[in-house]
Amino acid sequence: MLVSLKDVTKTFPGEDGIVSVLSGVSLDLAAGHSLALTGESGSGKSTLLHIVAGLEQADSGTVKIDGNEVGPMNDAARAELRRNRIGIVFQQFNLIPSLNVTANISFQARLAANHDPARTASLIERLGLSDQAHAFPEQLSGGQQQRVAIGRALAGQPALLLADEPTGNLDEATGDAVIALMLELASETGAGVLMVTHSERLAARLDARAHLSRGQISS
Amino acid sequence: MKRTALAALLSHWRYHPLQLVTLVLGLALATALWSGVQAINAEARASYDRAAQAVGGTRPVITGESGGITRDQYVSLRRAGWQVTPLIEGWIDGGQGRIRLIGIDPLTAPTDMTGGTTVAEGFDLTAFLSGSGQILTSPATANRITSTDLPPVVTVEDLGPGLALTDIGTAQRLLEAPGRIDRLIVRDTQPLTRTPLSEIAPDLELSASGGTADLARLTDSFHLNLTAFGLLSFAVGLFIVHGAIGLAFEQRRALFRTLRALGVPANSLTGLMIMELVMLALLSGLLGVILGYAIAAALIPDVAATLRGLYGVPVEGALSLRPVWWAAGIGISILGALAAAAGVIWKVARLPVLAPARPRAWAMATGSTILYQAAGAALLAIIAVLMGMFGTGLIAGFTMLGALLIAAALLLPAILSLILSLAARFAQGPIAEWFWADTRQQIPGLSLALMALLLALATNIGVGTMVSSFRLTFTGWLDQRLASELYVTARDEAEAAELIEWLRPRTDAILPIWNVDGQVAGAPAEIFGVADHTTYRDNWPLLSSLPDVWDRVADGTGILINEQLARREDLSPGDSLAMPDGWEPTISGVYSDYGNPLAQVLISVEELTMRFPDVERLNFGLRLPPDQVDPLTEALVTEFGLPEENTIDQISIKRFSLEVFDRTFLVSGALNVLTLAVAGFAILTSLLTLASMRLPQLAPAWALGMTRAQLAGLELIRALALALLTALLAIPVGLLLAWVLLAVINVEAFGWRLPMHLFPANWLVLALLALLAAGLAGLWPSIRLSRLQPATLLKVFSHER
Amino acid sequence: MSVRAWITILMLAASAGSAGAQGFADLGSEADGFAIPQRGVPFEFPRDHGAHPDYRIEWWYVTATLTGEDGRDYGVQWTLFRSALAPAETNDWNSPQIWMGHAGLTTPEEHFVAERLARGGIGQAGVTAQPFSAWIDEWVLQGPTLSNVNMRAQGTDFSYDLTLSTDRPFVPQGDRGYSVKSREGQASYYYSQPFYEVTGTLSLPDGPIRVSGNAWLDREWSSQPLSENQTGWDWFSLAFDDGARLMGFLLRERDGASFSSATWITADGTPTPYPDGAFQARPLTTAEVAGRDIPVRWQVTLPDRDLDVTVSALNPQSWMDTSFAYWEGPVRFEGSHAGRGYLEMTGYE
Repeated sequence: MLVSLKDVTKTFPGEDGIVSVLSGVSLDLAAGHSLALTGESGSGKSTLLHIVAGLEQADSGTVKIDGNEVGPMNDAARAELRRNRIGIVFQQFNLIPSLNVTANISFQARLAANHDPARTASLIERLGLSDQAHAFPEQLSGGQQQRVAIGRALAGQPALLLADEPTGNLDEATGDAVIALMLELASETGAGVLMVTHSERLAARLDARAHLSRGQISS
Repeated sequence: MKRTALAALLSHWRYHPLQLVTLVLGLALATALWSGVQAINAEARASYDRAAQAVGGTRPVITGESGGITRDQYVSLRRAGWQVTPLIEGWIDGGQGRIRLIGIDPLTAPTDMTGGTTVAEGFDLTAFLSGSGQILTSPATANRITSTDLPPVVTVEDLGPGLALTDIGTAQRLLEAPGRIDRLIVRDTQPLTRTPLSEIAPDLELSASGGTADLARLTDSFHLNLTAFGLLSFAVGLFIVHGAIGLAFEQRRALFRTLRALGVPANSLTGLMIMELVMLALLSGLLGVILGYAIAAALIPDVAATLRGLYGVPVEGALSLRPVWWAAGIGISILGALAAAAGVIWKVARLPVLAPARPRAWAMATGSTILYQAAGAALLAIIAVLMGMFGTGLIAGFTMLGALLIAAALLLPAILSLILSLAARFAQGPIAEWFWADTRQQIPGLSLALMALLLALATNIGVGTMVSSFRLTFTGWLDQRLASELYVTARDEAEAAELIEWLRPRTDAILPIWNVDGQVAGAPAEIFGVADHTTYRDNWPLLSSLPDVWDRVADGTGILINEQLARREDLSPGDSLAMPDGWEPTISGVYSDYGNPLAQVLISVEELTMRFPDVERLNFGLRLPPDQVDPLTEALVTEFGLPEENTIDQISIKRFSLEVFDRTFLVSGALNVLTLAVAGFAILTSLLTLASMRLPQLAPAWALGMTRAQLAGLELIRALALALLTALLAIPVGLLLAWVLLAVINVEAFGWRLPMHLFPANWLVLALLALLAAGLAGLWPSIRLSRLQPATLLKVFSHER
Repeated sequence: MSVRAWITILMLAASAGSAGAQGFADLGSEADGFAIPQRGVPFEFPRDHGAHPDYRIEWWYVTATLTGEDGRDYGVQWTLFRSALAPAETNDWNSPQIWMGHAGLTTPEEHFVAERLARGGIGQAGVTAQPFSAWIDEWVLQGPTLSNVNMRAQGTDFSYDLTLSTDRPFVPQGDRGYSVKSREGQASYYYSQPFYEVTGTLSLPDGPIRVSGNAWLDREWSSQPLSENQTGWDWFSLAFDDGARLMGFLLRERDGASFSSATWITADGTPTPYPDGAFQARPLTTAEVAGRDIPVRWQVTLPDRDLDVTVSALNPQSWMDTSFAYWEGPVRFEGSHAGRGYLEMTGYE
């Protein structure tokens, strides 16, 4: 299994005491497959994604990537895992404003020391950013920025692509096109995809879907 | 990974070049002022060391009770096993001013007294020891020797400035002092057994070194003064650095989060931040050292002139580059940058991966921060008061000064906040209300820059008040002290006798000014003889005295001492004082004696000639109607045949004294201006910083109907108002500073206390300067605001979620 | 160049002869106004025990081979050099006479050295003939006469106080006191007193030691530097168990050749001078001393007297680390003859 979650729980301190966000979530994602994670706002889907990325830690349960348990890893090991195995596409793009498109796309691959300029170049072409290769993020439209973020996530050929509401900041038409491109590129590289979305329509385009409701999977 | 991440961090600066300039320039300025002052101090100290080495360095010395040591005493000591070497000192005319001549015996002198091992070509011991001899000097001093009456000059690199070294035999000839030895330097290594000094020559005295210690003690206060200024400038510079780094951090919060999400561990990120900082500090340090060198090179001629004029200490007016100085400058730059960024680095290290990426209103310190600062200020104020009550010494004085200044700076935001909330309460109309409330909200963000401005202004007022008070007092004192209209010096005793005869019918009074050097209360002192004359009774600047003070001096039962001696030894009128030959007269008065580093005792001239029969009787003060001064001076030269340089009139002495005085504080003045400039720069950078963050606060006001021009104008007024308030608050702080300088530091450093005078006109000038600085600093961000595209303001509403 | 270094060269030039200022043709002339030794001028005592300021260089050189109450061998050196910048003396600081004192004390394990410098004219150093007194600072060689003297010197860590006496005559070296130093003819006035009996005390870091033994005085003055190609010398003073004495020296030359001279002195003080080549000395063993190789065992021969002995240093590290550094220390010898003596070696780089 590429991703394997078992009985994952997570609580946060809230205004009226402890709030349980995830209460015993288990799910599996095989390599090369894609899974959409849907749910209402506050259902805990982003938290689940963060836990898979090692950005947050589960209170209990096990999280395995490639069969390795993430929970006991320290900060450096988790950072290494993200750097080498995972690509992330954020809702707010999170591009580096002082780097141009090419540099942003190749950035994570360079961090992981598996940068392939030819791949970056072909990605830029596939993403339709050839004319903007040297532009800076603030000169791009939202859709273009999200395509750069997708390029950055995939340039290092990760085993797992995590996407958190990747079209949340885009209009519907642009969002559809971006998702199509993202899935196409991911399947070309054989990356497994875990995408958080609140849109049923987008979720339908993935291999499988899981619905998160009140901290539990109900598929 | 690290290179990629570091490149991403650094790309921020390419994107924000102004921030980079601020950071680098701020750090460079701080480093420049600091290392410039250090360079000046180091240069001066090296000069002292070289000068001291030529006269035996820190070795113990043997001196005679009154004046010299005879050749027989020297030989007796050598023959009793004492490894001592003789020394004679005096002044010769080099053709372009006086040169200090030191005669040594190269056969018995330690190597370091002979200028080390770098005697240049042309030196030859045979020539040095025989015939007309040779004079060794540094190349700079050699240029000042044009007289053809002197032996050949050979240049030596390691010899102190203004010094001429020659064989003792040659020196005795040039100084017309055959056989004279001033003192014996005791060498570091001594043989197994020596006959005790008391058995060989009971009237000789062994004492700890004169050398470096004397010069260092003499000039300590001056260097401490410079160091304090350097440190202050450095601190002000670090305010800028702190601001720039803080801003760069806040603006890169999102970047940090992205980097962490993309797989850069927290430790690496912290390491990279430090690496980035060190790189920038290296660059700034290098720039700062070069700048510092320029500052030092520009100031050192004045410093040298000061040290020569005020202390009689020769210092080379040129700067030499020392590798250790480069290293120290860059080192202090790195340390300063790390200190200024310590808080930020700490935050980066502990930043959670999913920290909010939006720039927090970083400048918006909470009310509790202001409270903490006020508490810190109170603590520091207590320390300052304790230092003032129980501390002794210069270090305690400066600690007190530092604590007071920082306390005032820390208290500033609280006081400003209070004033602004009062203003808001009494404001009329919505715009005024908004203006005051908004201004108050800016204080935390601007507080560092305003603190820097407060420090700079207070220092300016404090030092300015001290210098002006000193000058006023000094001028008045000169008027009292220099009562004689004309001063003459005879070339020898025979001429002195003729001179008196010649002058008697031409003047109202001829007052001897004769003195000897001696040890009083364990330190070197000048002992002057004065005639019993109304000139002294009417004019002498007495600080405290017994009744009939001048009668007591005249009949030989009383003496006067200067304030320095009185303060150092805690003496007051009525106490008795042990004089060199066992005489213990009563102190009948204490007088002020500014500018004199030495202890001084005034006795009647009869006592002087009786107790010190060898005293040189060559100097006289003449009383005569002022309009007779010029004719008499001319007659002295043309009719009597006295060389022109042997006469000097009161007006010339006063002018010269004031020139020396003004030069002394020229350096303080220059550093003052530089500090103020740095503070102005701090305000500019803070305003620019805030300007970019203030859009969310300004956009609503714009949206609600204020024009951009209106907003820009208010921004400028805000800067001016804050500067004005700070300037007003700086006045009491500066006066407090002046009081500490006059009543504490001066007493510790020089041994005299000065009355404080107030100079409100100077405050006005400074306040205007502060307004100018703030106005200039506020203008740029204000203009930028007035030209802002409406779209940019609109973005605030669309971007911020 | 430091004063110290200069003094080294000054002393070296005057005594060891590295300088070639005086060419061959100048020999016998009065260089710079200095007097030049002449053959056949008899010594006149006590006058000649005193200083000769007209000559460029002069010394009073005492070496003593001693035995302590602890049974161990010791050596003591007391030397006063005079070097003149001009052939004159004044009574003030402008004196052109420079004095240098060297004191050495050698034990089998240690070697102590001290040095003093002084100018003439002021009384810090000097020599008077009658009553005899030679001094620099507190160091003295002081008699009523030079046959009966007290010898004292000290450094930071040692001192000695010895009484030297003899009833035997002073012994002229070379041709009635005219001692030739090179084939070119440079020469000096030279006489010795090789027969002193010594008693006294040494003060060492471990405490005082009573000693007794013999001492040898060399008196020499000249104005001529040595020949330009002479690089140094090896000088031997040997005291035989039967009371006879031998002085022999070797002036080494740049090309490996050498110039030798010797005087055999019978127990009653009768000298027999030997010309160049009669006396031979050959290094057998060297030791590393102060960073250079110095011979510390020698084969010394004088065939005319059937002398063939091996001379060994008491302490190979007898290095005089003074402004003008050299090796000087006590020796023992055995072979055809046995006894003790002193060895001085200069010019080893």
